[in-house]
Amino acid sequence: MSRAAEVRFDHVWKRFGAGSTAVRDVSFTVPAGTLCTLLGPSGCGKTTTLRMIAGLEYPSEGRVLIGGRDVSALPPAERDVSMVFQSYALFPHMTVLENVCYGLTVSRRPKREAAEAGRAALESVGLAGFEARLPSELSGGQQQRVAVARALVLEPSVLLFDEPLSNLDARLRRKMREEIRELQQRLGVTVVYVTHDQAEALAISDKIIVMNQAVIAQEGTPQDLYESPVSAFVAGFVGEANRIPVTLRRLDGGMAEVTAGDARLVLPHRGLPDGAAELALRPEAIALLGASDPAAMLRGKVLKAAYLGGVREITVGTPVGEVFVVSPSTGGMPAQGDDVGLGFGRHGAALLPGGAGA
Amino acid sequence: MRAAGLWSSLLALAAALLLPWYLTQDGIAQMPVAGLAWLSDPDYAPAAGQVFTQGRWWLWPALLAPGLGLLAALLPMPRAGRAWLFLLAGGLGLGLLVVQGYAIGVQGWSAPWLEGLFGPMEDRQFGVGWGGALVPAALAALLAAGLAGRGAFRGDAFTATVAVCIALAIAVFTALPLILLLGDAFRDAGGAVAAGALFGRLADDRLWSLACLAGAPRCGVVWNTAFLGVLVGAGTTALGLAFALLVVRGRLRLGRPLRWLTVLPIVTPPFILGLGLILIFGRSGIVSLAASSLFGIELGRWIYGLPGVLLAQLFAFTPIAFLVLIGVVEGLSPTLEEASSTLRATPRDTFQTVTLPLLLPGLANAFLLGFVESMADFGNPVVLGGQFGVLATEIFFAVVGAQADAGRAATLSLVLLAMALGAFFLQNRLTARKSYVSIGGKGDAGLAPPLPAGVRRLCLMVALPWACLTIALYVLAISGGFVEVWGRDYTPTLRHMIKAFEISGGQLTGLAWNSVITTVTLAAISAPITAALGIAAAWLFSRTRFAGKGVLEFATMLSFAVPGTVIGVAYLRAFNLPPLELAGTGAIIVACFVFRNLPVGLRSGMAAMAQIDPSLDEASHTLGGGGGDAFRRVVLPLLRPAIMAGLVYAFVRAMTTISAVIFLVTADTELATVFIVNRVINGDYGLAIAVAVVLIALMLVMLGLAQLLVGRRRIGRRLAVAPAIQQGGAVA
Repeated sequence: MSRAAEVRFDHVWKRFGAGSTAVRDVSFTVPAGTLCTLLGPSGCGKTTTLRMIAGLEYPSEGRVLIGGRDVSALPPAERDVSMVFQSYALFPHMTVLENVCYGLTVSRRPKREAAEAGRAALESVGLAGFEARLPSELSGGQQQRVAVARALVLEPSVLLFDEPLSNLDARLRRKMREEIRELQQRLGVTVVYVTHDQAEALAISDKIIVMNQAVIAQEGTPQDLYESPVSAFVAGFVGEANRIPVTLRRLDGGMAEVTAGDARLVLPHRGLPDGAAELALRPEAIALLGASDPAAMLRGKVLKAAYLGGVREITVGTPVGEVFVVSPSTGGMPAQGDDVGLGFGRHGAALLPGGAGA
Repeated sequence: MRAAGLWSSLLALAAALLLPWYLTQDGIAQMPVAGLAWLSDPDYAPAAGQVFTQGRWWLWPALLAPGLGLLAALLPMPRAGRAWLFLLAGGLGLGLLVVQGYAIGVQGWSAPWLEGLFGPMEDRQFGVGWGGALVPAALAALLAAGLAGRGAFRGDAFTATVAVCIALAIAVFTALPLILLLGDAFRDAGGAVAAGALFGRLADDRLWSLACLAGAPRCGVVWNTAFLGVLVGAGTTALGLAFALLVVRGRLRLGRPLRWLTVLPIVTPPFILGLGLILIFGRSGIVSLAASSLFGIELGRWIYGLPGVLLAQLFAFTPIAFLVLIGVVEGLSPTLEEASSTLRATPRDTFQTVTLPLLLPGLANAFLLGFVESMADFGNPVVLGGQFGVLATEIFFAVVGAQADAGRAATLSLVLLAMALGAFFLQNRLTARKSYVSIGGKGDAGLAPPLPAGVRRLCLMVALPWACLTIALYVLAISGGFVEVWGRDYTPTLRHMIKAFEISGGQLTGLAWNSVITTVTLAAISAPITAALGIAAAWLFSRTRFAGKGVLEFATMLSFAVPGTVIGVAYLRAFNLPPLELAGTGAIIVACFVFRNLPVGLRSGMAAMAQIDPSLDEASHTLGGGGGDAFRRVVLPLLRPAIMAGLVYAFVRAMTTISAVIFLVTADTELATVFIVNRVINGDYGLAIAVAVVLIALMLVMLGLAQLLVGRRRIGRRLAVAPAIQQGGAVA
């Protein structure tokens, strides 16, 4: 499918009634043929953004462009966009095949052609043989595939997913997300995908747009977001992060010396001024060391320790606050009250503006 | 947009070229078809013939506007330009036709200044017929297409057409009559506008007198109406609550029969219970006769007046309160009561501190419903009221009585309307805040606690005798149609039945045939229209967004609160003169049925629509379907049971209604209910009951058939699937 189209938001606002702004001056671009995730907590405006791409909501201000064409005022039917709904929205009174063919039927395609395309779409999602069933006679995962097939049959240039996996159990969710990613790569279609699950977003996206309180908090590749979050919100939402108050002193070459208690570290300063700042430290990037290990940068006492099979989750009380550590379960479990040392380096640590954005 | 404009222009043009413009005395069946004679006949000519052969130049818009629309649809031009032309043709055409309709009446110009402006008018015109109705309607659709083309209604022509047509229909058949009625209240007996007239009539002692408190024979009708309404509201609520608690919580095996009892008032013509009371407690009623022969006590005429009307209304409206309250009681989340009982509350504590307070909004709602029903009721007071006048009957006598005082009728209607609207708004506010009745069934797996013993005993003591009384009343009322003369000669006979429904020599010679056939015909015509309008309006209000939606929805719902008597008077006032000269025809009765019952269909349609996940519509939109596709392929099939129910309900209500249509019937269009009331007023009870029994049987058959039809298609199972998917998903 070479018709994949770019999606662009140009200073888009969406207000509901008086005083309630769901989307505030949002601009972004989803390159053609990529999978972009809108990630954020509930109520952040991500679903409203998606619905504006679909044409189910209209922007109060600004423009929505699909493939370079301004579609801001066009109804959904004229947008060449398909959507998979959170509840799947399968028509309960139609069979699986009727559901999948719906888009072709309402655009007055010949019946036989529609049925053929519908069968092909069902086959592509692995549901050949289910044509005559009613949606109620399918499992959750199968219903989801029917919804995907129904959206695909129109060969849209943009495919939208509104939290498509939230109604599935954990195991199935993982499988379905791999299937969606595989499908997107195979067809080369542009996909915009809404989720509040950061693991899901990291796993499948070419690009993630993190939203918070109606604005974009940060956009970038999964790696960008995880390794260099620009705010405490992003650091906390994409993966987990310990936030440690630090003092920053700029060095040459874009680097800065960071001090927290006894610990000293040299990191890229990312434009922050000298003075108080915050260090976001990934729990997985911290090594659990002996109390007297010279590599330890912080020392403290174990407050809580939990064994989770492959990893251990340990909370350590240090002079700069509690630090949460996830480390592989090699070696024994530390007991509550043990003295331990914590080691970390540049990897998995990022500087954030101090105090702000808490 | 282009297709919608094309079709509406074609329709308008066809109607203007072919259909008789004016209402004809003998109906369309007598039209001179041979040799196309009707096209230039002065009575039957369509708009084109009126313009070219009769010189009625003011009908030119009926030809020009569709022509312009057609040109705009066919000629190549940009979308915006076409939309403007549609808007112009539709709007201007419709406007000019309305203006000419009101400017030129049966006596030429309808106002002197028009004559001064245009010169004398030799011609005159009567009410509009098929052509005159269809051309403006099609022009309204053309206007809608233009609006959609300009981007209103999200550019969807289907939504625009539905919205404009409903708005127009509500304006003509609900708003216009009420506004004209309002105007009448401000006119004096001579018809001149006088603001004082309203206040003079309002200050009338017959309305507001409280003399009965001081021992005088009667009070003002407003107090009578309000007092009766409060008593009926309180009574039906108490009785309904007792029944609802027993059925839901009482561990009785009475649920099914009691639910069947609730069907009875829907199929019963509204005054049959009054009649039953007369047969029991009237001067020749069995109880009165027994009392005088056994104890020598003359009970006299006590039943005629407040006691009789109150009893009849209690019998009639308790099932409605039951129906409301059973929903409320079932909607109570048992989890809350279980929580209370785990916190060491006794069943009695739980009932008093949790159950009852949670029921309060529902109780208030039931009370107001009873109040409104009582106020609007016409049948029982007219049969049993005697000297006890209420607003509904006073309005009737002001119109048909010796006084024939249109101004007084209008004023009384206004008072009644104000009271009804007040109660309606109170009720609306209550139901809007029903926040703590938990419907939705999300994981509410608790078990409802049984009623405390004391409460249960009380409910049984109230409910059982009442249920027996209701059944006795129905049995007696019905048997009254099968005895010679009630009170004197109890020999069983089919005499009344034969008198009403005799067929001799292949001719329907029975007295009631005419009215029953008229009733069934008009009800059958109006039911599909009501159901279609109701479903379309429900879809419009719950699934689309457009400017002015709130106002339209409000206006539609408003007619729900208008008592039938008021509607009747208002229709008589509004549709008596050209251009909408409907009085005396079956059309006015059909219109009355449709717009009286529309809000009910609308409400049930909206309730059904709420069960359907809106993302189904959205899915249809994103898959390339327009508004029409979403409506036709997704919503309609899922609503099939609701449509069926709406159809049957509209039919049944049309068959039993009396208050509004009693003003609108003529000898040609007499309805069965009116026939029955007239027999009751003449004291011919046997005949009245015979006809009523046939009506009830007919309606029960209809209901049964509908039940069967819906059941066989097994749509219920499929519909139940829709919410199940969501819930199943949410749990997973």
